[in-house]
Amino acid sequence: MSEILVLVEQVDGEVKKVTLELLTLARSLGTPAAVWAGPGITPDAKAKLAEYGAEKIYVAPSSDIVEYVVAPKAELLAQLVAGKSPSAVLVAATPEGKEIAGRLAIKTDSGVITDAVGLGEGFVADQSIFGGGINVQSKVRKGTPIVAVRPNSTAPAPAAGAGTEEEISVALSDAAKAARVVERVKQEKGARPELTEAAIVVSGGRGVGSAENFSIIENLADALGAAVGASRAATDAGWYPHQFQVGQTGKTVSPQLYIAAGISGAIQHRAGMQTAKTIVAINKDPEAPIFELADYGVVGDLHQVVPQLTEEVKKRK
Amino acid sequence: MNIVVCVKQVPDTATERKLRSDDKTLDRDAADGVVNELDEYAVEEALKLKEAHGGEVTVLTMGPGRATETIRKALAMGADKAVHLSDDALHGSDALSTSYAMAQVLKKIGFDLVILGSESTDARTGVLAAMLAERLGAPQLTLANKVEIEGTSITIQRLTDYGFDKVAASLPAVVSVVEKINEPRYPSFKGIMAAKKKPVETLAIGDASIDAAQVGLAAAWSEVVDFAAAPPRAAGTIVKDEGDGGDKAAEFLASKKFI
Repeated sequence: MSEILVLVEQVDGEVKKVTLELLTLARSLGTPAAVWAGPGITPDAKAKLAEYGAEKIYVAPSSDIVEYVVAPKAELLAQLVAGKSPSAVLVAATPEGKEIAGRLAIKTDSGVITDAVGLGEGFVADQSIFGGGINVQSKVRKGTPIVAVRPNSTAPAPAAGAGTEEEISVALSDAAKAARVVERVKQEKGARPELTEAAIVVSGGRGVGSAENFSIIENLADALGAAVGASRAATDAGWYPHQFQVGQTGKTVSPQLYIAAGISGAIQHRAGMQTAKTIVAINKDPEAPIFELADYGVVGDLHQVVPQLTEEVKKRK
Repeated sequence: MNIVVCVKQVPDTATERKLRSDDKTLDRDAADGVVNELDEYAVEEALKLKEAHGGEVTVLTMGPGRATETIRKALAMGADKAVHLSDDALHGSDALSTSYAMAQVLKKIGFDLVILGSESTDARTGVLAAMLAERLGAPQLTLANKVEIEGTSITIQRLTDYGFDKVAASLPAVVSVVEKINEPRYPSFKGIMAAKKKPVETLAIGDASIDAAQVGLAAAWSEVVDFAAAPPRAAGTIVKDEGDGGDKAAEFLASKKFI
């Protein structure tokens, strides 16, 4: 079977979960080859990639790759597409992953599919569009299929690959070095998992009532090892930072479990969470549209229900 | 400074959005058209940069005839003039074709800065700004929540998972903006009246040296094979809190092995 390139997402040398998901997915369609773009690969990272099925690990250690925005990664992948003739390229459907996919598509004269939630035979991708209202199957019809796959689309499963390392040197064009990263500013985010990657997300909305009360949401999230999200009503009110907004103009999440507390479930919010596998809603208003989506709903005041749930979760752990 | 702000007319999220059964493209007649919300932030940013550094703001849109409504809105906010790329040959264009067609127009009209919203609320691919940068050979300054210009130097804050990157480049450049970079202004009555007199140039593909073989549904690099309305989620269990709502929810989570 031919190679499928998987662009590795990593933080400080640690492979992110979405990459393990993509390797798992790639195994079902071909032979996974991981692509490490930039310096900083560690023995642990290599072991992890091999553990999840990477037969090859292409390492391009040039620091130039991470010092300029997006374009160098697209050039690296284009070079690998030309040299290795893979049957497809998979990237994570993060904002940056999609940008890399877009530039790569132009460089390789290939089609690109974004926000796939599944990928099957013939690289036919499943997508959920218009706020989850329509399910679409689409495929690339020119060049090498380039698919940006949403985090949490596949459960990562180990199955060892050889993990043979091959160093790649890439000569970047001047055009790829046009936008230079001059400073990286890391903002404190604590120990919680990243919103788009988290298996469980607990979100609060208008019903939370104040910035202080968001601690109710955070406590439940921490008891579950979950990420915290917020509806637009809550972020617009200034109760929770904007980068945690789940919805059409914010983040799109697709977790195993989504708990919505004090969120009515307007289309703007549903567009960002409708593909969650299991949805639990807590809301005072029995008519709230969020209950139409909920696998389990509690009609009640979140200020009572959520702390009780948090205590019970802690007890059972 | 010659600023071009790209805007898109999208179906209103509040109305039911559909695909056409014949060619599987967006059914533009089924829903009301509105300005893509994130593009309003792009227009606002363009106007603020013009106010600070002088120059001219040109609105660029690609879309059918009715997209003029979107152009008028941007002109009413304060943009100076508009270019409307409109041609039946463009129907069904995917992101690759769209970026090609828009890049051809941008090459024709010239620019120091191109500003876009970071994604549209209909297709949500989030790739157009990066593709334009690729096609124009211009620096990609995308996902910006802050833009600063000094002479020909431009610096942005690019949102990342961990916070943001400060990214520097020289003009001309392509910028995409995220929600909340600013507060988009409402068009004033005066602005709405003035917009009616502002020049709107309509271009067909031939006017911008766009190759018909590279655009439209037939040229698309990817295709929708099939689509269907999402099956409704199975009705869930809804309970009323009688003082034990939290315990019951925990019971449910345990039954699903989340705890």
